Amino acid sequence: MATHPGHPSVPDRSDGMMHGLDPAAEDRAQTAPAGAPSRGGTVADVLAELRGTLPDEALLTDPARLATYECDGLAAYRVTPGLVVLASTPEHVAATVRACARHAVPFVARGSGTGLSGGALPHAEGVLVVTSRLRTLHEVSAADQRAVVDPGVINLQVTKMATPEGYYFAPDPSSQQICSIGGNVAENSGGAHCLKYGFTTNHVLSLDIVTPDGDQVTLGTRAPDAPGYDLVGAFVGSEGTLGVATRATVRLVRLPQEVRTVLAGFAGTDEAGAATSAIIAAGIVPAAIEIMDALAIEAAEAAVSCGYPAGAGAVLVVELDGARHEVADEYAAVERICRQEGAFEFRMATDAAERAAIWKGRKSAFAAVGRISPDYIVQDGVVPRTALPEVLRQMTRISAEQGVRVANVFHAGDGNLHPLVLFDGSKAGETERAEAVSGMILDLCIEHGGSITGEHGVGSDKAKYMPRMFTDDDLDTMQLVRCAFDPHGIANPGKIYPTPRLCGERSGRRQGAHPLQEAGLGEVF
Amino acid sequence: MTHKQVRLGMPGVRGQDEPAFDSLRPPSPELVDDCVHCGFCLTTCPTYALWGEEMDSPRGRIHLMKTGLEGAPLSDTMVGHFDACLGCMACVTSCPSGVQYDRLIEATRAQVERRHDRTPKDRALRSAIFALFPYPRRLRILRGPLRLTQRLGADRLLRRSGLLERLSPQLATMQSLAPQLGKAEPTPERTPAVGERRAVVGMLTGCVQREFFPGVNAATARVLAAEGCDVIAPRSQGCCGALSTHTGREEEGRAFARALIDTFTAAGVDHVVVNSAGCGSSMKEYVHLLADDPDYAQRAADFSARVRDFAEIIAELGPVAPRHPVEAVAAYHDACHLAHAQGIRSQPRELLRAVPGLEVREIPDSEICCGSAGVYNVLNPEPARELGDRKAANILSTGAELLVTANPGCLMQVATSLERSGRRIRLAHTALVLDASIRGVPLETI
Ligand SMILES: Cc1cc2nc3c(=O)[nH]c(=O)nc-3n(C[C@H](O)[C@H](O)[C@H](O)COP(=O)(O)OP(=O)(O)OC[C@H]3O[C@@H](n4cnc5c(N)ncnc54)[C@H](O)[C@@H]3O)c2cc1C
Ligand code: SF4
Ligand code: SF4
Repeated sequence: MATHPGHPSVPDRSDGMMHGLDPAAEDRAQTAPAGAPSRGGTVADVLAELRGTLPDEALLTDPARLATYECDGLAAYRVTPGLVVLASTPEHVAATVRACARHAVPFVARGSGTGLSGGALPHAEGVLVVTSRLRTLHEVSAADQRAVVDPGVINLQVTKMATPEGYYFAPDPSSQQICSIGGNVAENSGGAHCLKYGFTTNHVLSLDIVTPDGDQVTLGTRAPDAPGYDLVGAFVGSEGTLGVATRATVRLVRLPQEVRTVLAGFAGTDEAGAATSAIIAAGIVPAAIEIMDALAIEAAEAAVSCGYPAGAGAVLVVELDGARHEVADEYAAVERICRQEGAFEFRMATDAAERAAIWKGRKSAFAAVGRISPDYIVQDGVVPRTALPEVLRQMTRISAEQGVRVANVFHAGDGNLHPLVLFDGSKAGETERAEAVSGMILDLCIEHGGSITGEHGVGSDKAKYMPRMFTDDDLDTMQLVRCAFDPHGIANPGKIYPTPRLCGERSGRRQGAHPLQEAGLGEVF
Repeated sequence: MTHKQVRLGMPGVRGQDEPAFDSLRPPSPELVDDCVHCGFCLTTCPTYALWGEEMDSPRGRIHLMKTGLEGAPLSDTMVGHFDACLGCMACVTSCPSGVQYDRLIEATRAQVERRHDRTPKDRALRSAIFALFPYPRRLRILRGPLRLTQRLGADRLLRRSGLLERLSPQLATMQSLAPQLGKAEPTPERTPAVGERRAVVGMLTGCVQREFFPGVNAATARVLAAEGCDVIAPRSQGCCGALSTHTGREEEGRAFARALIDTFTAAGVDHVVVNSAGCGSSMKEYVHLLADDPDYAQRAADFSARVRDFAEIIAELGPVAPRHPVEAVAAYHDACHLAHAQGIRSQPRELLRAVPGLEVREIPDSEICCGSAGVYNVLNPEPARELGDRKAANILSTGAELLVTANPGCLMQVATSLERSGRRIRLAHTALVLDASIRGVPLETI
């Protein structure tokens, strides 16, 4: 395995996916079905077809330029794409995908490249379709509570444009200052405020997509709750495996009348966790409820001097929003509960600047960990809220046993953990140990009835963990959905599923038909 | 000059060409590795805002450096993306991981200047710029009527380079904005403190500042004196070297730096005050620029620690001189080399807000560069113009009648863009506004 000396964030797990090797060729060999339009096509064929159709400057072939697209936010995996297309119109996307379909060449969509699961990892023999130039905000309609945006529009931009009208876009990943709406849709991204307002899927009404055949279709309608299958729901969270979104109609949410953000300092995560449970048990649904442990606080302080309570073993950030009198009541209850559970300091932000200061520490925490550790893995797992204290205790035990530091930042309200596993890749064995700890944490989540990803997606990184959570039958059934959209397996192949399914053929693993097919309930496409 | 190549033991996957960097101060692999590839810097990068492509973003440029350290060649394309960087350092501000892009790009530019073959036309343009800008006496000729400027054009080097054609829209604007540009009043070598003396400060008079905005230097000295500073402006001082250093002409930059350190050391001052953001930021970087120079490393460190921006020193001392009203609606523009490179944002705003009668408005997308960026607007006129136009539109959207900023380059750039849009608003350096307020004279008379 080739190594990158001191690569930025996570260990090199790119076995066989490095430059020079060709994972895409393998994928194609397995997925290109009999009767595919044109077999054995290459990126060169796609390029030849696109020259003349797309402007020259939209087609990147220079090795230096291609190299800058070799990874997303998970920089451990690096594959130089065969071709990068910088689309400026939905038609550019459609033309590219059509050419890929014709030549059975894989394509991968990419927004801002902040994904943390290697979802936008390119194929060496494939095309990377970049949406960062598709960044027009077509419409912000307060009366309709809708915004219509290009896929490359930045999440925070939607909120900025809607704020003067009294609205905002609720899904707020920590990366909101740069991640794209297309990426949010593909990853079903969430953020601190998803506890009360839901994930991206709850905020998308309609999508224009380019299907893996290159057709431009519209899923859903501007009006809520269209009849028929919820295809928007199927597309959201599909991680680029069902096509490329080229336009989204999203819901805007009214800015609350009152927002109060509080910061409470506790001796440790046990106390902060207990306070969380007590707040929810009291019938309060805060807009956000977040915990950071001592290590995460240390990193955030180093990065943005957020001025969290000195000596805190954990801080709890609670945001209450809604009607003024309601927030005032809830605030009183939250203060009482926090003090009961041992908060030694309790502060409320009195203005927008103070609120921003509290959130700044929280939102910069991931990237800030770079200040206290040369390398780290951002893990993402979910557990039922009630299991939080136990899982955190187990995590502390694993961390101590393995001698690997783990910082914790998490959406406590919905049990979405973001353990940050710290290591120094230049020291022998540390990378492997960190990897192992990271895997153990996921096992812990599964054991406690949780999941291997809350919001960062499966991508390239977690495909191997899918069988720990799902049976072969489950995985095959999911792939039947994928085959319905992408019969030739060219849309972001190699992501989500550990073993690519052969659409139109029997699965490599299974002998005999899928039980759903045998029962006459499912069909092979 | 040949240097040993950096060898990191990487397999030769990047082709057979010579690697991008040699061992003479390449961009530091450790600093490159601080980047966690999160992309948080993308939206504030002016070139990403313009073109929406990875290789013209901070993350992409750092990635190019990384591939260069791994053995990728210094191709024309790679150099093109480094050249397109404005050096505005917005990425340094927005990076939560504390990546020191400023040091990375400076090291990269020095390697590019030393090792990359530029086209003859590009080379000529660059030589012409550096034969002109750092020298106030040569710049002075540009101030005159265009007729005089044409005399300069007779110079073969300048003619071949096309520099004057590129400069002329700006020169024309400057002349129309400041028709009174007469004989520049030299700043007195010594201006005594008014009232109790609180500090002895040296003052950089700068090149562009001194020749094009002489009123700013005079106002700076008066305000400093009013706030209790003895102001020493040594006549013998030269250029700070910012333009050279920021463009990769390291040796030239070092020579300027050593000379300036000598001048101000001899003057025996507590602080060196700078009213031009670009100069101030480069003087604060002398500590890195001269770190490998055994004779100057320590002196450079001491010197850099004494450098203060004009607004910074007044905020630090605490303003004492009484203010008179200045009735105006102003927009404050953050010069990149003040806000991003020196982290000075609140001080000038607070000083302005403390002026009675002055309303200070914020400019949308204030963190994005106006496109001036040292000599960037001369080297890359097209993107610079586009950024200037965006900035002009954002400034006009505030409805302000006065634009205040602290950098001569920004003033020229923004003035040119506003002129192009057919709108005019008055422009003033922070020092001019404070001077008017302290002296109780209307802004127009300055
Ligand atoms: C510091 C940091 C903090 C983060 N915090 C959060 C967080 O709090 N919550 C959270 O949910 N995520 C978080 N993320 C992860 C990431 O920002 C989100 O997954 C985001 O939605 C990805 O958007 P992107 O534009 O960068 O997509 P990319 O990384 O470019 O792509 C992500 C996936 O989407 C697909 N895709 C992109 N565009 C399209 C399209 N138009 N059509 C179809 N598929 C497409 C790609 O193929 C890929 O599979 C964080 C990341 C970082 C670096
Ligand atoms: S210095 Fe400015 S132009 Fe250069 S990469 Fe950073 S933000 Fe972009
Ligand atoms: S914000 Fe900092 S760490 Fe993140 S990509 Fe930009 S330079 Fe790298």
